Amino acid sequence: MNTILENEFLSPQVFRMKVETPEIARKRKAGQFIILRTCDTGERIPLTIADADPAAGWIELVVQVVGKTTESLSKLGPGESICDLAGPLGRPTHIEKLGTVVMVGGGIGIAPAHPIAQAMKAAGNRVISILGGRTKELVIMEDRMRAASDEVIITTDDGSYGAKGLVTDAIQKLIDEGRKIDLVIAIGPPVMMKFVSLLTKKYNIHTLVSLNTIMVDGTGMCGGCRVTVGDTSKFVCVDGPEFDGHQVNFDEMIMRLAMYRDQEKESYDHHCKIRPLPNN
Amino acid sequence: MEKKGLTNKERLAIPPQKMPEQPPHERIGNVNEVPYGYSEELALAEAARCLQCKNAPCVKGCPVAIDIPAFITSISEKNYRASINKIKETSVLPAVCGRVCPQEEQCQDPCTVGKSLKSVDKAVQIGKLERFVADWEMNQSQAEVPVIKPETGKKIAIIGCGPAGITVAADCRREGHRVTVFEALHKTGGVLMYGIPEFRLPKRIVARDVDNLIRMGVEIRTNMVVGKIATIDELMEQGYDAVFVGTGAGLPVFLNIPGENLNGVYSANEYLTRANLMQAYSFPDTDTPIMRAKNVAVFGGGNVAMDSARTALRLKADNVYLIYRRSRDEMPARKEEVHHAEEEGVQMKLLQNPVRFIGNDRGWVTAVECLRMELGEPDDSGRRRPVPVKGSEFTLPVDACIVAIGNASNPLIPHTTPDIQTNKWGNIIADPETLKTTKKGVFAGGDIVLGAATVILAMGQGRNAAKAINEYLATGVW
Ligand SMILES: Cc1cc2nc3c(=O)[nH]c(=O)nc-3n(C[C@H](O)[C@H](O)[C@H](O)COP(=O)(O)OP(=O)(O)OC[C@H]3O[C@@H](n4cnc5c(N)ncnc54)[C@H](O)[C@@H]3O)c2cc1C
Ligand SMILES: Cc1cc2nc3c(=O)[nH]c(=O)nc-3n(C[C@H](O)[C@H](O)[C@H](O)COP(=O)(O)OP(=O)(O)OC[C@H]3O[C@@H](n4cnc5c(N)ncnc54)[C@H](O)[C@@H]3O)c2cc1C
Ligand code: SF4
Ligand code: SF4
Ligand code: FES
Repeated sequence: MNTILENEFLSPQVFRMKVETPEIARKRKAGQFIILRTCDTGERIPLTIADADPAAGWIELVVQVVGKTTESLSKLGPGESICDLAGPLGRPTHIEKLGTVVMVGGGIGIAPAHPIAQAMKAAGNRVISILGGRTKELVIMEDRMRAASDEVIITTDDGSYGAKGLVTDAIQKLIDEGRKIDLVIAIGPPVMMKFVSLLTKKYNIHTLVSLNTIMVDGTGMCGGCRVTVGDTSKFVCVDGPEFDGHQVNFDEMIMRLAMYRDQEKESYDHHCKIRPLPNN
Repeated sequence: MEKKGLTNKERLAIPPQKMPEQPPHERIGNVNEVPYGYSEELALAEAARCLQCKNAPCVKGCPVAIDIPAFITSISEKNYRASINKIKETSVLPAVCGRVCPQEEQCQDPCTVGKSLKSVDKAVQIGKLERFVADWEMNQSQAEVPVIKPETGKKIAIIGCGPAGITVAADCRREGHRVTVFEALHKTGGVLMYGIPEFRLPKRIVARDVDNLIRMGVEIRTNMVVGKIATIDELMEQGYDAVFVGTGAGLPVFLNIPGENLNGVYSANEYLTRANLMQAYSFPDTDTPIMRAKNVAVFGGGNVAMDSARTALRLKADNVYLIYRRSRDEMPARKEEVHHAEEEGVQMKLLQNPVRFIGNDRGWVTAVECLRMELGEPDDSGRRRPVPVKGSEFTLPVDACIVAIGNASNPLIPHTTPDIQTNKWGNIIADPETLKTTKKGVFAGGDIVLGAATVILAMGQGRNAAKAINEYLATGVW
């Protein structure tokens, strides 16, 4: 069960992994995630299902190494298996034909954007994907996003690939060109999602964001994943992970993500002394 | 000691036997169980206190009607095998119930000895005796696997591996049905595993009970969130003839006051899950972090609040405040737990209620503002309603807060199975005798039906549900 079929690095810190898990592969829909543990003393971490093949029975994860668990996961090779894997969790993205959908993927956020772009295109939408990264090697899965989109725009902070600038610049440009945008879906670092939402709010463009709060159970039992949306508290694992970007309190969410920063470093140093913690 | 020929007067003269336990200053430095259990000698002395009442009022106080005088007699005869077997006729989790049942409100409340001595504390210590024989059995090699009737070919799906689900699994498997338990988490036991701390209920006891299920041939599938990986309808299409829903009351209730999403504010479920299920006690040898806070406020007055407060002490807090809006008399927690908590240094702040959390500019809680309360007229529950004292606000500096004011039902199953009806609190509606829901073939019991209740009530409902399931599968009559 949960046998790893493939594992390869896409960039120095990002790997993609195919895992055999027929039931989840059959059941999952775009926008959903799994929770896994790599060992019996391990932490439960959520990861989006980036792709799946129901016939062959695998799901694909695209993961950025940021700490202890993602590091140990990256070391599992074909034939080895993942100790615990639960899913599919969260609500699937609501897919419907709207017209033009702009998919914004920042860094590792491109992976979760991929299945949504696929589904939106299959539903008959015109999909414009904006892929952003700090630098060229962080723009992952370009080929597959091209296959899932009608148009692809690439931005890098340092200009090493595509247009120099931020994803928000690319959105602004589309707006300035007078393109009619029916929906923006932004997935990436919380700060990116915050600024995309601020921008689209000005133009009244409906915007969904996919939140990556800290989770434990992923079933609505602990409330650790809560965020403020509008004026209520929502549990990202069961009410989300997608929410109306114009309603999300990003500042609060960003602070909550830092809750265990010191202990995360301690855990990493305790287990992974060989490799320095990547800067991010 | 020969106790056979004792007169009732002599029996009443024997004082209740105390269970030896770890001293408070020592036990807050570890997570080991607090009471050590009775020695054989203590158990025999306690058993000698039972008057063997003909009408056995104690049995009526036990939600599953264990034949208490009979199992105590067997203890006196040193026939521990007979004693545990007697208990197991009605209870599948004696080692658990002996430890966590609110005995003072159940079997020990009506006990004649307690009544004669005018104090429920002096009743026969039925729970401690139950624990003694259950532990005795555990120390024998493996527990005996009950006889399984010939395979019927019928399949039952059980959703949730808490006390309710475990009971149904055992009772239905015994009947010869094929039983599969689906559990959302990676470990089995429900609240016994993720909620109640190790120092009150060692996890090896829960693991052993689940192990027995596996040895009986029950299939257990962890990491299966029903409603997500498969709905109940899909399970029935896959060929399950009956379904039991025992998903518990796992939805944390928050205070809904300003600042509740600040860093450092936990639900008790999250705090206890990190500590117990994820073993954050042992961080960084285990990977899941938990805050090591110095000043901790816990809100609530039930078992969950006591467990959270005592866990915070074991995670090395200097000050743990338990803030409860009513007075000590209204506290729903077991007396023994309140006593243990106080012994360990939990500071009770009664008749106080939080109104808002105060944080710093990095989003961390730094204080909680509270109001003093006074007791007014009784409310619906018969307890005197706390009313705020105007202008009594004060702030308490804290670096972590744990909200333990209750649990509601997880809506996942009802949402994905609309023909299962729920009441206004979201609990599944089930017939009190047969535990049948409004959907044919589906039964439900435990906290998902009762609201946050107790282990023994969940088990009792499991028992009744299993009986009804076995009957339904034999007759086909709904
Ligand atoms: C719904 C959802 C989908 C996600 N999908 C992906 C994905 O497809 N690819 C990917 O690379 N990452 C994804 N993440 C983020 C991923 O879960 C974290 O990077 C991972 O938990 C880090 O674990 P670690 O032990 O390696 O690092 P740690 O050192 O534990 O943490 C590094 C950072 O990750 C975050 N984090 C830590 N623990 C958790 C936790 N239990 N749950 C969530 N976040 C945590 C915190 O911000 C923390 O600062 C997703 C998160 C969510 C909530
Ligand atoms: C901290 C704490 C202390 C307590 N102390 C005591 C005490 O001292 N004495 C006492 O008698 N009672 C106590 N209780 C109450 C007691 O634990 C519960 O009443 C009892 O566990 C209920 O049993 P259950 O089987 O109905 O549900 P649970 O024990 O809640 O088990 C339900 C199981 O179902 C699983 N589940 C939920 N949804 C799904 C799904 N969709 N698919 C698959 N699986 C699912 C859950 O993960 C869980 O494992 C305490 C409770 C808590 C939280
Ligand atoms: S199961 Fe609980 S209530 Fe019943 S006899 Fe045992 S301790 Fe008492
Ligand atoms: S009521 Fe008390 S004394 Fe009487 S049989 Fe029960 S336990 Fe024994
Ligand atoms: S992760 Fe526990 S409620 Fe969402």
